[in-house]
Amino acid sequence: MIGLYRPGTSLLHRAPALLKLGLLAVAMVVVGLVADPLVLAGELVVVVALYAVAGIPPPAAWPQIGPILWILVFAVPVQVLVAGGSVEGWTTAGLMAGRLLVAVALAALFTLTTTVTAVLEAFQLLLRPFRRWVDADRVGLLVALAIRCIPLVAEIVHEVLDARRARGAQGSLVALAVPVVVRSLYAADAIGEALAARGLDD
Amino acid sequence: MSVSAAGIRFEAVSHGFDDQPVLRGIDLHLTERRIGIVGANGSGKSTLARMINGLVTPTSGTVTVNGLDVRRQAKLVRREVGFIFTNPDNQIVMPTVQEDVAFTLRRRGLTPDEIEARTIEALERFGLTALADRPAHRLSGGQKQLLALAAVLVAGPSIVVADEPTTLLDARNTRLITGLLVSLTQQVIVVTHDLEVLDGFDRVIVIDEGRVVADDAPSVALSAYLALLS
Repeated sequence: MIGLYRPGTSLLHRAPALLKLGLLAVAMVVVGLVADPLVLAGELVVVVALYAVAGIPPPAAWPQIGPILWILVFAVPVQVLVAGGSVEGWTTAGLMAGRLLVAVALAALFTLTTTVTAVLEAFQLLLRPFRRWVDADRVGLLVALAIRCIPLVAEIVHEVLDARRARGAQGSLVALAVPVVVRSLYAADAIGEALAARGLDD
Repeated sequence: MSVSAAGIRFEAVSHGFDDQPVLRGIDLHLTERRIGIVGANGSGKSTLARMINGLVTPTSGTVTVNGLDVRRQAKLVRREVGFIFTNPDNQIVMPTVQEDVAFTLRRRGLTPDEIEARTIEALERFGLTALADRPAHRLSGGQKQLLALAAVLVAGPSIVVADEPTTLLDARNTRLITGLLVSLTQQVIVVTHDLEVLDGFDRVIVIDEGRVVADDAPSVALSAYLALLS
């Protein structure tokens, strides 16, 4: 979700996030229920067409979809073996692979065409019926900060590892965790301060 | 609002513990358009700057901004005072540049169209238009500080306080950020170790061990500061 969004003006970019999320959920259920390889093949074609509509070139889609192929390289033979290597075995394995591929590709398409702000707004719309108990704004901020903190903590870990290497230390996990936690807490303090300065102090 | 209420006023402000004071008996009335604050590490100048928008509340004394008591009306004061931190990474909340600028305008009763228009204007002003959809955490240090400036100024504060805004920047970006700060129509208060930043400022305050030891035109105050160092 971080830095994966590809700016664009296609129908998929402009569609409301909540609608996309709903359609994604429906599509997942449908894909899970499909038992006919031909229908699944048709769905794969539809997914490719959707990527074309969104204007996502294959190099941008690859990092999202590629990893699942590695899983399939192992999962498909296992599935076939379990089924005893029969024709049905191959069909079941093929169906499983196709379902996973379609599901992952659709989810990636949502990520690639939806900004985090749009996702947050969708969240807030979804939470509206519960507003008596839940402050949707606050939940939105919480999610935004959680997403934001992933690259921040990754960088802290990176720097701590670098510092360790620079000193030639081969520490234990504790020796890595302590500075990371301490620095993360410092960063949390600083972010809190910055949030207050930006008017989110309540 | 009466004339005397305008500006930032420190009255008998002290902070810290008895055995370890950070600031002692500060009385200041800041009305000049460009004010610099200098001092050694740990002299209390960052604490002083943070008192202007209520990030730090003094243990005694009062701070007022345009007549508003910072202790009691922090929320209103923070709408008047924009604050730039040393490390812009801590200021970034949203994943992309444009979203982060727009984030400042949330919960201000603006329509989505108004938010978008003001965000686009701010990006334009700080030369960030081409980076609008980039992930904010992958910008360079200078670009991040530009983003911080845009995200603060989009809200239209009347005062901008910057705490060592150029400490993490190279010479070129220091010049860029300084140039932008100086060009603002707002009252600007800069805490800094880069003495060149203070060229053309109206007033420089030197803090040492929690007290104001010089408060004058930059040439006079800075010679006092340099004398302290030797």
